[in-house]
Amino acid sequence: MAASMRANITRPGHRDVGHRRKREPPGALATAYLVIYNVVMTAGWLVIAVGLVRAYLAKGSFHGLYYSIEKPLKFFQTGAILEILHCTIGIVPSSVILTGFQVMSRVFLTWAVTHSVREVQNEDSVLLFVVAWTVTEIVRYSFYTFSLLNHLPYLIKWARYSLFVVLYPMGVSGELLTIHAALPYVQKTGLYSITLPNKYNFSFSYHTFLILTMVSYIPLFPQLYFHMLWQRRKVLGHVEDCRKAE
Amino acid sequence: MKHYEVEILDAKTKDKLCFLDKVEPNATIGEIKSMFHKSHPQWYPARQSIRLDPKGKSLKDEDILQHLPVGTTATFYFRDLGAQISWVTVFLTEYAGPLIIYLMFYFRVPFIYAPKYDFTTSKHWVVHLACMCHSFHYVKRLLETLFVHRFSHGTMPLRNIFKNCTYYWGFAAWMAYYINHPLYTPPIYGEQQVKLALIIFLFCQIGNFSIHIALRNLRPPGSKTRKIPYPTKNPFTWIFLLVSCPNYTYELGSWLGFTVMTQCLPVAFFTIVGFVQMTVWAKGKHRSYLKEFRDYPPLRSPILPFIL
Repeated sequence: MAASMRANITRPGHRDVGHRRKREPPGALATAYLVIYNVVMTAGWLVIAVGLVRAYLAKGSFHGLYYSIEKPLKFFQTGAILEILHCTIGIVPSSVILTGFQVMSRVFLTWAVTHSVREVQNEDSVLLFVVAWTVTEIVRYSFYTFSLLNHLPYLIKWARYSLFVVLYPMGVSGELLTIHAALPYVQKTGLYSITLPNKYNFSFSYHTFLILTMVSYIPLFPQLYFHMLWQRRKVLGHVEDCRKAE
Repeated sequence: MKHYEVEILDAKTKDKLCFLDKVEPNATIGEIKSMFHKSHPQWYPARQSIRLDPKGKSLKDEDILQHLPVGTTATFYFRDLGAQISWVTVFLTEYAGPLIIYLMFYFRVPFIYAPKYDFTTSKHWVVHLACMCHSFHYVKRLLETLFVHRFSHGTMPLRNIFKNCTYYWGFAAWMAYYINHPLYTPPIYGEQQVKLALIIFLFCQIGNFSIHIALRNLRPPGSKTRKIPYPTKNPFTWIFLLVSCPNYTYELGSWLGFTVMTQCLPVAFFTIVGFVQMTVWAKGKHRSYLKEFRDYPPLRSPILPFIL
């Protein structure tokens, strides 16, 4: 969930009017690296988008498209872990904890749910969140690329701060439905779980853990969603000021 | 005797909140806080932070007006620290919880384990021993809070009680659940392991208590003075030669003992988390000692001799 949120939480806006803290822009080498990183990620998610479209056209249905993009999805979504590093070393002005939370929640869904519980890979809910993530990430990484190059087309800024209205609930629904679909299989096989008795006197129920994860969406989703709506008003509301600054 | 005038401004908005005239030169900040409280009854002295500079450090209650770098019209800045709660209240609440909660699991109160185990007792003697040790530890803490500790701050922010109680009560429940579980597995090396662990635990409990007494004796009743602690005749305090905060060192030792005694992974997690937090506190205390006392013994480490 925090997954679909990424678009607007990390960098509120390159030229945020009233952005209080003045951060030094990254040096030339860091900027070059970040441009390459963001271009590569944009390309990667475009590959996933194209893969989805081609698979749909070939199969004639929305069912089971996950397999056609499984590998690039895993590669590029896991690659996003680098973004936590970027915050740690300071070349990106976002909070390490916030970015960490968002990236790891995506990685969790990709590996610990979808990859690990084979039976859910055919679910339509998987397509729902994959599409939401794909569109979000293509827009987000292009936004960063253009921002770094100091040439941000209004369309990209608009897209970044508007599409979430649909994509975020879509992504959240896909994620929740997928986790829910995984529950019976996790309970049956005892996946990633430890039972008593054992010599360390410890137990862990992955089934309960997944339920708690789903419950955590209840307080988190509205907060993040309204925060993004507020940011949208702030960034796109002052259209004239932004245009003048550009 | 020339009287002072005191004006108190809001540190953020710079609004004039209060004006006091005819203030005695030897008035303390504490007395000024009381006067400010009269005009603003919602801000009792414990939640007032008075500074010379809007972004500066809080002045102490004991500071005297005429010794501060102010003219005869003194300007102070005020920040609201939020609702406050006394340290004693927080300590009593956060320690009473684990005591009661653990006993509930020990006596297998209904709705925790399967109904057939309600009100039964564990067949392993180490489980009874563990309950005694855990209970002893928290009773000791409660008594120390009431009779031993001398606090330099009276209060802390109210939200801390929720945070602290969640930590203590949560971990107590988690540990107690496994130790008192019908499927509990006793330590691999049996009696030897438990006896050794008990010795370590008791040694560290006595050590921790000795340090608390030594620290209390550094400070006369009702005062907030700070002095360098030194080893006393009690051998348990000789660790002061090597460590600044041996109370934390002994506390770590106690919980390591309890971990070995119960051979329970959640206890190990609790020990590790506690150790991390105590190390942060020890390092901070060690740094304050070094800053305040020029002649602070150089051989001492914050929490672990020579290591940390």
